[in-house]
Amino acid sequence: MKSFIDAYSWINLRYLLEGLWVTVEVSVLSVIFSFILGSVLGIIRYTKIKYFSAIVGFLIDLVRNLPLLLIIFFTYFGLPNFGFKPAIIPATILAMTIFESAMLAEIIRSGIQAVPSGQMEGARANGLTYWQAMFQIILPQAYKKMIPALVSQFISLIKDTSLATIIVLPDLTYHAQIIYGQNANYIIPMFLALAVMYFIVCYGLSVLANYIDRRLA
Amino acid sequence: MANIISNHWQELLTGLGWTLLSSVLALFFSLVIGSLFAIMEVTENKVARTIARVYIEIFRNIPLLVITSFFYLVIPLYITKVNGFTAGTIGLTIYTSAFIAETVRSGIQSVDSGQMEGSRANGLSFWQAMRYVVLPQAFKLVIPPLGNQFVNLVKNSSVLAFVAGFDLMYQANNIASTTFDTINSYMVVGVMYLIITMPISYYMRYLEKRLA
Amino acid sequence: MKKRFRVAALVAGLGVLLLSLSGCGQSLSKQNVLQNDKDANTINWGVKADTKLFGLMDVQDNNIKGFDVDMANHITKHILGKKGKARFIQVTSQSRIPLLKNGNIDAIIATMTITPERQKVVDFSNSYFDAGQSILVPNDSNIHSVKDLNKPGTTVLGVVGANSVQNIKKVAPNARVLELQDYAQALTSLKAGQGEALTTDNGILYGMAVQNPGFKVVGGTFTREPYGVAVNKGQEPFVKAVNKAIKEMEADGEYNALIHKWFGNVPGFNYKELER
Repeated sequence: MKSFIDAYSWINLRYLLEGLWVTVEVSVLSVIFSFILGSVLGIIRYTKIKYFSAIVGFLIDLVRNLPLLLIIFFTYFGLPNFGFKPAIIPATILAMTIFESAMLAEIIRSGIQAVPSGQMEGARANGLTYWQAMFQIILPQAYKKMIPALVSQFISLIKDTSLATIIVLPDLTYHAQIIYGQNANYIIPMFLALAVMYFIVCYGLSVLANYIDRRLA
Repeated sequence: MANIISNHWQELLTGLGWTLLSSVLALFFSLVIGSLFAIMEVTENKVARTIARVYIEIFRNIPLLVITSFFYLVIPLYITKVNGFTAGTIGLTIYTSAFIAETVRSGIQSVDSGQMEGSRANGLSFWQAMRYVVLPQAFKLVIPPLGNQFVNLVKNSSVLAFVAGFDLMYQANNIASTTFDTINSYMVVGVMYLIITMPISYYMRYLEKRLA
Repeated sequence: MKKRFRVAALVAGLGVLLLSLSGCGQSLSKQNVLQNDKDANTINWGVKADTKLFGLMDVQDNNIKGFDVDMANHITKHILGKKGKARFIQVTSQSRIPLLKNGNIDAIIATMTITPERQKVVDFSNSYFDAGQSILVPNDSNIHSVKDLNKPGTTVLGVVGANSVQNIKKVAPNARVLELQDYAQALTSLKAGQGEALTTDNGILYGMAVQNPGFKVVGGTFTREPYGVAVNKGQEPFVKAVNKAIKEMEADGEYNALIHKWFGNVPGFNYKELER
């Protein structure tokens, strides 16, 4: 019991919260970037532009089928060979964005496909161009239906940032490791704190998404 | 790349073996556990439903790495010895079972509820109806998502590298840091992962199309 | 026909991708890192953050502290002058060489032994610390030296990318070696009973023993592990500047003061032997 009280000293809690902040920061930026990039890729896949869509599709499949750890190694250890040297946090955000936008592209493509094709035809018949119809009619409906799938992907993203401890991302998991690495009595309190903190963030997000989903429905 | 393959093919194949074994074991056990929780979720028993809900929500919202490290570092301190491979496979099983439970549950729920009522009216018990009527149909629907879960398992099994579980990623880390040829070492294992995951992904996509 | 074209295009695409990734250039070696650092008045050091006595994260103020970090600070001042800045980037035994080769860091000062294999890919300064490999075991262990490890069924813990892992495979070929991500994880694994002993350099092990009274360093050292500052190939001016800085520190007593500061109070460790 004493080890619990000691483990949750203000200094340790503050250190954990600093780690949590990095987790949230990396997650939020990656969600925003991967949502944008994933939408672009999803639309490219959906529109079937000759050759281009097929090649993009293949690259998406490559990324989707690789472990995220390899993508993290690629952005941190590999990219500098091309003259671009991201620091740990940008490298993680970049890796998460590449990986998650490939996952999102599939969700978004099938979301667009699920919108009845009559909608597009109707919009075009009413004088909208293809892209106007896409952005004003099709996408808003598609996104609305996709909310649950999108959110569970975002939750995966938050959890997956923990893998970047391998390149010493100073996130929640790494900060907990540093604390229990220096005092073995803190190991259970630290794992409990990890579980609770991740759970609050991830579950909170899914509760929020359910709420939005119901408001929109 | 050729250098890495010719000098380290033994480690690479060993790693591949452990990765596949871990993924297959985790798929089997998470299917069993996941189905169990899925059935608990659709029963009328409130306690069972609550237990299933709590299990699923907890393990869907905690990182796999945290679950795996817990089994590797904490369980041995207080309960029993767990090696890296076992810790990793248990972590994968628990984590994946929460997702499979959701998949199977939605599979069960998408089987027309009239089927269950009809079977019950014809004298089958709840479990008989579940076993012989509902589950076979549900599983057919969930084969593509389950295939995709297997792909996820193969990818996620790289978490074994964190607990010295001898998998492909663990071998890659060791090869990269003894040869200093980082890019090519990871490139080789990247291709090895793709050789397993890509065909399964494409086959599942084909099945999905056929079922749709 | 169309389908076959698509498959061919995809295969070709993959081929081009792999080739372009694997055949990447080495333009870094043409830059003069020392001059760049002088212009920026900053040296980027790769240091450990999980290794007591050498480089350990202090959770109170989020700074890394240890002998390596102090050495880096002093060397920086000797090279760039009093106003020179040292920036610290956390590395692990696994990530330090890729990061150096990529240019994310200018130099490594992270408990890194000078070895012939490593000298093929990086250049080292003269040794700045004389370590030797040893083993850490629980107080009640019946392992008394590295010889006791050379039995089937014995598991030894180490860290990915550490030289000590290669050494133990030679010294105790019958033991099973598990490589963890960093020293914090390796030590926690030892506590969890994942192995009978943890092996690395004595300095690091004594740091662990100081923090963890239930563990002790046994059997003395069985290798010599001179630590060097690693820099990229082709950076002779930088190596010379580091060597000069180390010599100056040894001559004016700064070096011995640092040794005293970090190793003076470590039980079982004869810091006098380390003085220069």
